Amino acid sequence: MSSRERILGRVRRALADVPADVPSDDSPIERGYLRAHGDSGVEETTDLLAENLADYRAIVHRCTLADLPATIAGMLAARGAKSVLVPPGLDREWLSAADAEQVADRAESTPHELDQVDSVVTACAVAVAETGTIVLDGSPDQGRRRITLVPDHHICVVRVPEQVVSSVPQALEHLDPARPLTWISGPSATSDIELDRVEGVHGPRTLEVVLVG
Amino acid sequence: MSGTYLGMPAFPKAAHGAVHDSTLRGNLRHATHTIRAKRAKAVAEVSDWAELREAGKRIKDHTLRHLDRYLVRLEESVTAAGGTVHWAADADEANRIVTDLVKATGESEVVKVKSMATQEIGLNEALEAEGIRAYETDLAELIVQLGKDRPSHILVPAIHRNRGEIRDIFTHEMGEWGRPAPEGLTDTPAELAEAARLHLREKFLRAKVGVSGANFMVAETGTLVVVESEGNGRMCLTLPETLISVVGIEKIVPTWRDLEVFLQTLPRSSTAERMNPYTSTWTGTTDDDGPRTFHLVLLDNGRTDTLADEVGRQALRCIRCSACLNVCPVYERAGGHAYGSVYPGPIGAILSPQLRGVTSEIDASLPYASSLCGACYEVCPVAIDIPEVLVHLRERVVEGGEVTAQGNKVVLKPAKGHAAERAAMRAARWAFSRPGALRTGQRLASRTRRLHPRSLPGPGRAWSGTRDLPALPAEPFRDWWQRTHGGRDGAK
Repeated sequence: MSSRERILGRVRRALADVPADVPSDDSPIERGYLRAHGDSGVEETTDLLAENLADYRAIVHRCTLADLPATIAGMLAARGAKSVLVPPGLDREWLSAADAEQVADRAESTPHELDQVDSVVTACAVAVAETGTIVLDGSPDQGRRRITLVPDHHICVVRVPEQVVSSVPQALEHLDPARPLTWISGPSATSDIELDRVEGVHGPRTLEVVLVG
Repeated sequence: MSGTYLGMPAFPKAAHGAVHDSTLRGNLRHATHTIRAKRAKAVAEVSDWAELREAGKRIKDHTLRHLDRYLVRLEESVTAAGGTVHWAADADEANRIVTDLVKATGESEVVKVKSMATQEIGLNEALEAEGIRAYETDLAELIVQLGKDRPSHILVPAIHRNRGEIRDIFTHEMGEWGRPAPEGLTDTPAELAEAARLHLREKFLRAKVGVSGANFMVAETGTLVVVESEGNGRMCLTLPETLISVVGIEKIVPTWRDLEVFLQTLPRSSTAERMNPYTSTWTGTTDDDGPRTFHLVLLDNGRTDTLADEVGRQALRCIRCSACLNVCPVYERAGGHAYGSVYPGPIGAILSPQLRGVTSEIDASLPYASSLCGACYEVCPVAIDIPEVLVHLRERVVEGGEVTAQGNKVVLKPAKGHAAERAAMRAARWAFSRPGALRTGQRLASRTRRLHPRSLPGPGRAWSGTRDLPALPAEPFRDWWQRTHGGRDGAK
């Protein structure tokens, strides 16, 4: 007997006491919880997103679409970034004012090569106000998962209001599980030493989020 | 479970050493009190916490009740998404599968995401025996691995170490495993974290094989979820060419939507954050992004035996948040090592004896490693009634009875050393069913109370060795009631 059959057989025997009439639909679960906490408008939701991002030590900027190239150029210059990773589908206009050398996100580049790049600029799939989270789904304007991981500085652009949701339940509705997803709430952090929070362990030490709109 | 813990003394013996270690107690007290207060604040922010908790409990119960169906569905969806599913009935089989998979890649080292399941099966030791080096990449796990130590907490395994101890471990041990610690390393957390970053980065960038567990697996879509903070998880999950995930069969949720409950309750219960810094989800493999090969090893190792217990099966709802550890007065004083298992604290006290059976000395002692104060049940985000299961397991230890072991029904003998307890229970049953005898006994006890010893003689000595005997009142309650109320309602 294979282990598969053995385990499934054990599960069935273990559940012999369970009455047969228990509904077996996928989700017969009563869901008494809220879809979102509070019923706020666009302005309040965006403020909450900015506040929660900042609370977890992300640096938050707000600007109009027209000001975005200058804003990004300013952030890269402020860090002295010489090179910046660019996902294939990123709007080229966003980097039109930046001096840093643009490095393409290529499948064949090695992790060591990525480690030499100073910054990365991406869009996002959705941002969650209640938790201060941005979610990347690997779309062409966000690139492969590793480009937002290895470089030490990540700039993420969120389009307001269309990409902002209030809550985790709303975010899941917007996301496609078939894509690899990365949920990011603030920069990399650890609390493993006496529960003192330290930012920046293995992921980017600096996360800058630009709310555009 | 892991050979690491074989030969561990029973809980009372192990705890005895720990409670007299003042550094350990200081470290533990600081950590548990800090996180306890933070968690309460994070939970208070969410107005529908009770409803989320109830939904989490129901989703998990529903899944467990149809586990065979959801396992098959998960297998189908992972396979359809380009992954390969393996089934492991026990630790040996899981270790063999992983070892063979690593060998097939031709690699002799792997990077690991912190995972309770791989600790439970002793994977690192099994790989080591086959000449494969496993690098733990979570900061706390790194501290434990370098210190040749054992984890003492589910979430923060090095909670029993303070910064000075960590500095010493890094300074002395990092060079043995790769890049040495920087010269003149101080004990500030930022510098220690930086040393770990440099030490591990060279490993991440060259690693070809990653090994992980998972927090959740979605049957409907075949998606796996890993929740973490440092980015070491993302490194291991996306940079290597091959990813092997070892996951307990109870970690399934039926639908994508079900994650909306646990992604709210898990971070707030565990790290006391609105959301942990990083959550990764992946479904099979993706072209040109992340590992090209993905293997999922579904682990039983005692879980189906636990499922067979009508009272005890609720332990399988556990999402490993560790909130119960941080509120437990026994854990706070005894520390995680005393539990002799990778699952310490209240959840460990009910999970380990069920996964392993209660036949060993340590497992038979674990249901007693509790004051039954109920704080663990209060904080549990999936409402596991830990005290109920503890009492149930105590009964099993003392009385024996029918249990399931490795899929077979067996009759467990009553544990040795509980004869006095059984005799006391029989005597109590006799006395409580004879009011006259009880009254006489109580009066006699009250009148002789000055003569009572402070500890019990004979077989009772073990019981009173860790407890103060309760003082008897000068007068039995029933006599006091008779005297002050005259035996009539309202009459004084």
